[in-house]
Amino acid sequence: MKHNKAQKFGMVIDLDKCTGCGSCMVACMSENNVPFRKDESDKFLSITWMRVYRLTNGKPFPNTDICYLPRPCMQCAGQHEGHSPCVSVCPAIATDYSTETGIVSQIYTRCFGCRYCMASCPYHARYFNWWDPIWPDGMEKYLSPNVSPRMRGVVEKCSFCFHRYQLAKEKAFMEGRRNIEENEYQTACTQACPAGAVTFGDLNNPDHAVYNLVKPDHKHSGRPTNPHAFRLLERLGTNPKVYYLSSRKWVRQVGDNYLKNEAKVKKPVHHG
Amino acid sequence: MKIGRRGFLSFVIGGAAGTALSPLPWKLTDDSSIWTQMWPWTPVPKDGETSYVNSVCTLCSGGCGITVRKIDERAVKIEGMKGHPINNGGACLLGLSGLQLLYGPTRIKSPLKRTGKRGQGGWEKISWKAAVSEVVEKLGNLRSKSQSHTVGFVSGSDRGTIPRLFERFLTAYGSPNLMRMPSVRDSYELTLHMMQGVQALPGFDFENADFILSLGSGIIDGWGSPVRMFRANSAWQNANVKVIQIEPRLSNTAAKSSKWIPINPGTETALVMGLAHVIIKEYLYDTGFILNYTNGFEDWKRLVMDNYSPDSVAAITGIDSGTIVVLARSFANASRPLAICGRGDGSSPVSLKGCTAVHALNALVGNVNKKGGVWAVSDTDYISWPEIEMDSKAAAGMQHERLDGAGSKKYLFSRYLMNRLPETVNSGAQYPLQALFVSGANPLYTLHDTKSTEKAFDKIPFVVSFSSYMDETAQNADLILPNHVFLERYEDVPAPVGLIQPVIGLAKPVVEPQFNTRHVGDVIIRMAKGLGGSVADAFPWDSYYSCLKETLNDNWETLVDKGFRSDTELMNPTLESSFDTVSGKFEFINPDTGSMPQFKPVSIEGDEKLYPLVLIPYDSIRLANSYIGDPPFAIKTVEDTVLKGKYVFVEINPKTARSAGLHEGQRVLLITPKGKAEVKIHLFEGIMPGIIALPRGLGHTAFDDYLAGKGINFNTLIGTVEDPDSGMDTAWGIRAKLSKV
Repeated sequence: MKHNKAQKFGMVIDLDKCTGCGSCMVACMSENNVPFRKDESDKFLSITWMRVYRLTNGKPFPNTDICYLPRPCMQCAGQHEGHSPCVSVCPAIATDYSTETGIVSQIYTRCFGCRYCMASCPYHARYFNWWDPIWPDGMEKYLSPNVSPRMRGVVEKCSFCFHRYQLAKEKAFMEGRRNIEENEYQTACTQACPAGAVTFGDLNNPDHAVYNLVKPDHKHSGRPTNPHAFRLLERLGTNPKVYYLSSRKWVRQVGDNYLKNEAKVKKPVHHG
Repeated sequence: MKIGRRGFLSFVIGGAAGTALSPLPWKLTDDSSIWTQMWPWTPVPKDGETSYVNSVCTLCSGGCGITVRKIDERAVKIEGMKGHPINNGGACLLGLSGLQLLYGPTRIKSPLKRTGKRGQGGWEKISWKAAVSEVVEKLGNLRSKSQSHTVGFVSGSDRGTIPRLFERFLTAYGSPNLMRMPSVRDSYELTLHMMQGVQALPGFDFENADFILSLGSGIIDGWGSPVRMFRANSAWQNANVKVIQIEPRLSNTAAKSSKWIPINPGTETALVMGLAHVIIKEYLYDTGFILNYTNGFEDWKRLVMDNYSPDSVAAITGIDSGTIVVLARSFANASRPLAICGRGDGSSPVSLKGCTAVHALNALVGNVNKKGGVWAVSDTDYISWPEIEMDSKAAAGMQHERLDGAGSKKYLFSRYLMNRLPETVNSGAQYPLQALFVSGANPLYTLHDTKSTEKAFDKIPFVVSFSSYMDETAQNADLILPNHVFLERYEDVPAPVGLIQPVIGLAKPVVEPQFNTRHVGDVIIRMAKGLGGSVADAFPWDSYYSCLKETLNDNWETLVDKGFRSDTELMNPTLESSFDTVSGKFEFINPDTGSMPQFKPVSIEGDEKLYPLVLIPYDSIRLANSYIGDPPFAIKTVEDTVLKGKYVFVEINPKTARSAGLHEGQRVLLITPKGKAEVKIHLFEGIMPGIIALPRGLGHTAFDDYLAGKGINFNTLIGTVEDPDSGMDTAWGIRAKLSKV
């Protein structure tokens, strides 16, 4: 049996189109049984697999500008595929990198809550359950059986709606197909975005929209060749699979830790 | 045996190394994770058969199609309906969190009757039979005393079968007092009536416009049908359509626009007049349209030319005259330019002179009832019910003037003026209101000047709420007759205001009613039957379901099956048939009132010396600001520079803050002539110096712990400002000061 070609699922978010409406955040919460508490205004404790950040250019009135930046898990591949910051530190193998899909998994029952992965994630994409989740009386009714609710003491994060991939694969298998189509596997946030700012697909597949939007250079750890495309903290060399598009230079610059007055983009530093 | 230092160390180190090499540590970490995680109280969602139901979301008037995923009998996820003409798969965060409203703790689980004092939260569960007969008895008594006109109804909408049943009930019963909650639609309807002589809804062909001038309208902050506007906004990006946003604060809409032009708040109409000045002066207007289809242009032109030169407009608006000239030229030179008004999410009307000025600007460039322009859309009337046979009591009741003054001599053409009700009730100038029914609205939260509204409610002896949730108005009612929520009931959903294509949606039950609630349509029919006589005769249906099915007639099958019905063939009105005025033309000057589009400042409350700052509201799609409060998921998305703990942040320019000695995160007292509140300071470069802004949608006192007690309700800090031409509340802000605590 011939093996399928490895896929590399990735996301492209057009920041020119993103309106910061928050639909992606809520679509994610309701798809993935994300818990909530009475006060969610302490953002260090608020679990949001997908979080929309608000960036400003810092210029005084009236030259101020705002840009919203949705941040899911970046599903980093690292410099050598599988060498993601979190995966390489997990002592319990509770998080792992799939070379078949490029998705970083999180296995809650294996996690014992050391939070080493949180410390190593440069994107704050991982969240710790300090409390047991509590759904007010009757609200457990809407919980989806596709994603297990987490318990106190474990770390959780965006999975690129991996259960949707599994369902799509199952369906394809039942229909005697080996591969799934682009539209058969889409994350909840992609689907919900009313502005059409989020695109999702296989970065290895030249027929997929994500590939054509950023034209990743796979020889150089997937760096985008589209001049408007960028990845967060590119210089750390985490090789993320989430790309952003922006026509505004200041937005592209805040995507990395640029020093004031720094003119040129330096080559990524290779870690590990 | 003697254990020396060496021996002890060897033992400890050797032991440690030995243990580390054994599987024991790994077994222990593994076990510890199992021991500490397998709690019986962590829910394990039951699996079952997956199915999907198509319906319509009615949490706002946007009319989006939704597809609800179910596992057996449980609804587990709401998604936007693919292929729906309004949202095509997209969804806003309120719609997406709809299941929290269905299964949430704020639901009212059965009819409730107040015990103890109003607003104190003492409730007694009663049966539906008892509840309805109590209402029938009250209404019967009033009617027998010839006081039927003292009964009022407040509804969030006046379109579709449910509001029409309210109207029918009141007509047959004998009261003219059906009131719709205010919005910018009121201004547009009146404008279309004054200038085009039609009773119609405004429609905007955003999808085909190629230049958008927004006078503070929050295109992506909840204005119009929100998801449609998001989609239009993205389409403009793709097509390089220019969007110019005029407002004093860098809203999300302003940030996403091609150009944000800050303006002194409340002076938008002056800018519109200035643009008209340049367009007329440079002969950039559509001469064909002006000549053939308009009336009164010369007189208006004189007014414009005499008073609104770019320089004088620059002095009012704070926008330099060069910018005004360039903006006017690019607006007029675009092939399908479109100007819109209604600040923020459009929940507040604008003055008649302001709205007619915007419409006049559109008329100048001839884009009325044209591709890419403003349309007068006549409401698709699929509701044809038999005439009501009024008895003498009903006829007498209907003779009374409305309590809100709409249709009175002073405000002849205004249809609803809910904003005036509190004042009328409080002043007691007219007849007293004996009973008030509230459905799909939460006036005690959403109307400006909460205190005055509360005072008015205290004076109404009998308040009935149909709310599904314990909102502010329900909390202060005497009787609650809880409606099913939208996922449990049938309801027709007419196309949202602003849309030009005729779409009808059908909300239908996705799950069985979760509690002992009843469809408000059924309750109205039951009330009518209980009253008997001609009131009962006006309701020939035995249930709301049969009424709806009969009304939708041929469309029923399609609607049940698909969730919506849309006619792709647009009825583009011909210009000849567009104007139903005496002259048969577009009227720049209303012949009845002589009212002309112009800038008359709407002055806000407060003395400048006592209150040096101006407080304005801002809207965000993340904060529901209508009768639905934010569910837990939605409130979770609110940033920590907007809300932190129980404090809301007031936005202030760093320059203003510095001169007042205020710093980021500082707690201060915000004081307006209407009230005061403790808030925190957020420095924001994107707001005009001298202006401060608060978000709307926070500060609920009702609902649950996930929403209540967070921040301040903006409406408690602002008063009303009545527009002398229309009677609408056109307050756009209030003077304020900040003092350190």
